[in-house]
Amino acid sequence: MNFQKIIISLLSVAIFTTATAQDEDLLKLVGDDEPKKEYVDYAFKSSRVIMSHSMEMIRPGVLDFRILHRFGNINDGAYEFFGLDNATMRMSFDFGITKNLMIGVGRSTNQKELDGFIKYRIIHQSKGKGVMPFSLLAVAGSTMSLLKWSDPTRKNYFTSRMAYYGQVILGRKLSEVVSLQLMPTIVHRNLVPTANDPSDMIAVGAGARIKMSKRISFNVDYYYRVNPNETDGTFNPLSIGFDIETGGHVFQLHFTNAIGMNEKTFLTQSTNDWSKGDIQFGFNISRTFQLKKKKN
Amino acid sequence: MKKLLFFAAISVITISAAAQDKYFTKNGKILFKCTKSPLEKIEASNKGTTCVLDSKTGNMQFAVLMKGFEFERALMQEHFNENYVESHKFPKAEFKGQISNNSEINYTKDGTYAAKVKGQLTIHGVTKPVETTGTVTVKNGKIIAVADFTVQVSDYNISIPSLVSDKISNTVNINVDCNLEPLKS
Repeated sequence: MNFQKIIISLLSVAIFTTATAQDEDLLKLVGDDEPKKEYVDYAFKSSRVIMSHSMEMIRPGVLDFRILHRFGNINDGAYEFFGLDNATMRMSFDFGITKNLMIGVGRSTNQKELDGFIKYRIIHQSKGKGVMPFSLLAVAGSTMSLLKWSDPTRKNYFTSRMAYYGQVILGRKLSEVVSLQLMPTIVHRNLVPTANDPSDMIAVGAGARIKMSKRISFNVDYYYRVNPNETDGTFNPLSIGFDIETGGHVFQLHFTNAIGMNEKTFLTQSTNDWSKGDIQFGFNISRTFQLKKKKN
Repeated sequence: MKKLLFFAAISVITISAAAQDKYFTKNGKILFKCTKSPLEKIEASNKGTTCVLDSKTGNMQFAVLMKGFEFERALMQEHFNENYVESHKFPKAEFKGQISNNSEINYTKDGTYAAKVKGQLTIHGVTKPVETTGTVTVKNGKIIAVADFTVQVSDYNISIPSLVSDKISNTVNINVDCNLEPLKS
């Protein structure tokens, strides 16, 4: 009987399927392969490229103690021990408040400047579900020079000590090896040295990282200034160097023509010229402390 | 005859549909510890482990996203992902195995049963056999599966630099704790 045969073959198919099902991938049953939203992290080893803020944040509850050094010009020669006899530094504390918000304060020996900033991540690069191709951050900061007034006889305003900067960081971790970011920046100085100096200086920065190994990366950090004072002998700041990670520390070793270690100073007062060899050696040390521990 | 076969076919279909023999979770817990020095506690937990158990065959599978491991210290978490397990290259750890004494476990009766588990564990792209004894607790139609075992970091092609070898132990204690619910198909 034909119908009987069909039923039998159907039955054997059913039995056969349940038998092979023993070897199936159980995880597929619960949809474990569904793409999940995954944030892209670790675009840079620290929250700075070299001199600029990077697209990375400090994690919440983490205090980052940074000591930044810049030596004198290498072309000062052997008498100045190739610049190492002269050092300026900036000491700072950065603190992560939430995943997307951090603040920091610092003090530079150069011009006895105090500076502070707040940095907020508006968009966090992610992949998987709800993919976001880039990160977008905003930084606002101010600097205050604590130098004695050069001319105490005239009327000096407290506000003259202050300068402000605002920055947008648009960054993308292109791959595990390469990260890139652009930083349109504006610096406002309440008091400028001469009438030729713009109160509001606009600059566009670019930062990049190339990861060379698990613990070493090569970084470049550069700003093009749109409206500099052409007559004051300042140059666009360029820094190149390496990040070296050793357990708890990140060392940033670099060469730069930038003077000063906050946005206002290195954008408006970098009097060194790479093409003349006015290059300084510098290094940053970053040490993080977990103040607030995550509960397991 | 026709009717008989028809009924047989129907009953086979209904049996396979009614059998709730698979259990699963998507938020099982995995805790691991590789502390060596008492000064620096190195441990992490992941509360997003996927686990599926087929009570009929004893087959079980786990999958966990490496990025989901949370450490007390953010820097450890970064190093874990970036330098050790390379979670961008090997995003998942998986276990595929079997409860070898599955016949001794009565999934229809509440109680705690010892379970011998044997299978293949894949971490950092390396697959190695593991074997351990855990417990399966049946309670109100749900299953709690718990196991402890150790693996050697070096077995999985993960190197610990000598600079930190006094802090990170090569032996990792792993604790798995999953509350499984019946899988409705």
